[in-house]
Amino acid sequence: MINRKKTPTILDAVDFNLQLKPCNHFTLDNAVPVYAIDAGAEEVLMLEFVFYAGNWQEEKNIVAATTNFMLKNGTKNKTAFAINDHFEFYGAYLTRSCYNETATLTLHTLAKHLPVLLPVIAEILTESVFPENELAIYKQNQKQKLEVNLKKCDFVANRLIDEYIFGFHHPYGKYTSIADYDQLQKEELDQFYNTYYRQGKCILFVAGKLPADIQEQLNHFFGVLPFNTASIAEKNYSLNPAAEKKYAILNDEKGVQGAIRLARPFPNRHHPDFAKVQVLNNIFGGFFGSRLMSNIREDKGYTYGIHSYIQNHIHETAWMVSTEAGRDVCAATIAETYKEMENLRTGIIEEDELHLVRNYMIGSLLGDLDGPFQIIARWKSYILNGLSEDYFYKSIETFKTVSAEELQELAKKYLNPEEFYELLVI
Amino acid sequence: MRVLVHEDHSTPLAVVNIMYDVGSRDEQAGQTGFAHLFEHLMFGGSIHIPDYDEPLQRAGGENNAYTTNDITNYYCTLPAENIETAFWLESDRMLSLAFSKKSLDVQRKVVCEEFKEHYINKPYGDIWHKMRELAYKVHPYQWMTIGKELSHVENAKIQDVKDFFFKHYRPSNAILVVAGKVKTEEIKQLAEKWFGTIEKGEKYVRNLPIEPVQNEARLLEITADVPLDAFLKTWHIAGRMDKGYYVADLITDILSGGGSSRLYQKLVKEKQLFSAIDCYHFGTVEPGLLAIEGKLVKGVKMEDAENAVNEEIEQLKTELITNNELQKVKNKTESVIAFEDMSVMNRANSLAFYELLGDAALINTELEKYNAISAEDIRNCSREIFDPKNSNTIHYFSKQ
Repeated sequence: MINRKKTPTILDAVDFNLQLKPCNHFTLDNAVPVYAIDAGAEEVLMLEFVFYAGNWQEEKNIVAATTNFMLKNGTKNKTAFAINDHFEFYGAYLTRSCYNETATLTLHTLAKHLPVLLPVIAEILTESVFPENELAIYKQNQKQKLEVNLKKCDFVANRLIDEYIFGFHHPYGKYTSIADYDQLQKEELDQFYNTYYRQGKCILFVAGKLPADIQEQLNHFFGVLPFNTASIAEKNYSLNPAAEKKYAILNDEKGVQGAIRLARPFPNRHHPDFAKVQVLNNIFGGFFGSRLMSNIREDKGYTYGIHSYIQNHIHETAWMVSTEAGRDVCAATIAETYKEMENLRTGIIEEDELHLVRNYMIGSLLGDLDGPFQIIARWKSYILNGLSEDYFYKSIETFKTVSAEELQELAKKYLNPEEFYELLVI
Repeated sequence: MRVLVHEDHSTPLAVVNIMYDVGSRDEQAGQTGFAHLFEHLMFGGSIHIPDYDEPLQRAGGENNAYTTNDITNYYCTLPAENIETAFWLESDRMLSLAFSKKSLDVQRKVVCEEFKEHYINKPYGDIWHKMRELAYKVHPYQWMTIGKELSHVENAKIQDVKDFFFKHYRPSNAILVVAGKVKTEEIKQLAEKWFGTIEKGEKYVRNLPIEPVQNEARLLEITADVPLDAFLKTWHIAGRMDKGYYVADLITDILSGGGSSRLYQKLVKEKQLFSAIDCYHFGTVEPGLLAIEGKLVKGVKMEDAENAVNEEIEQLKTELITNNELQKVKNKTESVIAFEDMSVMNRANSLAFYELLGDAALINTELEKYNAISAEDIRNCSREIFDPKNSNTIHYFSKQ
């Protein structure tokens, strides 16, 4: 008979020797840097163009996001339909996303179709025209989408909490209104495009089972483009956090749940506390076995899920707790969250719990590095955040060695309820 | 219990996937949402192990689960060296749960919050509850996996939990797939060691009512506190193993597979009747539904929007699609399969599902089935599906 009460012997994940697969680096003829990961068994690849064309660069609300969205909506010689049809015919996905500092254009495709897809991407990056009728449709549909979203307590809460922490005139704190869409002008898009895409600062990331001539292909189509030629003044924004810390908003009288957000300012990845706090955050609310989940979901059943995390910002950032809880238990959920902060400030984390979290973090890192797209994503994060390869190894070392005493000190430093903004939206 | 091993030594991970042949279609009409509630209870401690998650996390692993109308699937990934931990955990909860009252009390509440978060506290959150009831009169696809109403979940009793477990969670009703950096010989030994002694149980024989062929168009009008009018229409389509399923799948891509698809180009861009529109299906094992769902541009009449949808459908029924357009949706399918297959977890999940359908080897012939579809197949199948008598329509009006 086997003993089912006895845990099988495990190899401690903290004993793993994790390696970050090196990234190939080369530059195109116009000095655009390319980072490449050649790995994987399937004949697929991802090519991503990162431009410094995010919200940080815009003078007026949603110009950056709209320019990014409309990259697929027409060039001098191709309609929006023709562009979509071209990529979709080859089963390829051309997606775009706008973030705070950067904006991206990303291609996912079977590697064999690359030669017919790259020239159209080059066309998009040099000859986009932002047709008036396309802009009008976009405005109309986005406004309608916004109207629906404003009915959702979680959407409203996410906007407001950022405003409280960073201020409405900071790129991390602002959000969009119906009027912003009405005021958008085609000329603003043309100008933003010209400065931040056509002549903008660009970095390429490519990953997958790469063709042998990938460097030549990229250089042929993109090495001749006028990237990096605009003179771009660096923009700085000052934080303007709200004075008042507590907010309760009734968005829907009939709401059966409330969206709760608790957040405090937090430094970026370059701060010496950052990696240590990732461990503390995991214990607090960073994974399924965290204290917040164990207490508020698994013991009390107040919510389907509660999470804490450090926002993914390049400049200053925030430490956030986020959940949707039953309307009648929102106050109890907030009280329990503060209680968990107190427990971390006043008590020492037991070795058993700390060891589990270390193993979990290393184990999930192993999973996060499985496959070419995952590996390039990590490199991209380091490059965009101005971090070097040893950040990876130093962080792992921190995960393995940070002590319970250090974590308690960090809890005392950061997990003080009076420093948190508290928001409830029903 | 059937065990499949898929070796892939390019990853440092192992995946352990157990699919149970039970979903919300196996529930009683007065006790819906139970299969999904049960999925939550599977993490509430088993007979010898008080907590499922903790030892797995200690072994550097992660896990999750999901319930559909057809199946319930549990999967974990962990460093391959620690795979025995997953065998230990999964076999113990297949042997028997702890049937803790506390776990039931808490998970009932958690699932009720999940219900509220996704289906009550969201604009249009009830639209699919209503549509399922409209489209299915006898088949249990008439309710969603979350359940028909909160009270069904709230009223679940510990005896119901036990009965459900011993009826459905037996080895004879489960498929285990182990994938990743593993060796088949070792997996054979581990499977025998941990699962071999569990009573295989009586195979549950499914005997569900067959939905009669629909022979009149059904319409439901709803008015609710939402900002925009919405339109949802469905038609019954073939089950997962029929050729008609593959054709219907391509039809959804023709209609709304991307920015160049017909519904988006015609109705959002050219005619500007909808601010968003989508066509999809759920891939159910038994005959399912193909759906077209959209939000109307403000000021557009429901009738005009619906007529425009009908025109697009009429075109599929009367004109053959071009080779170019057919090739486009086939290329997309090839690409989707290649991207899905990148992840060893997806492969493990697919293998379990195809085995449940009858043969894991079906995973290798999917693309051929799509490639064999002709323009005539698309037209003929469109004529069958898009018969007005086979349709269910919801006009969802804004109160404003």
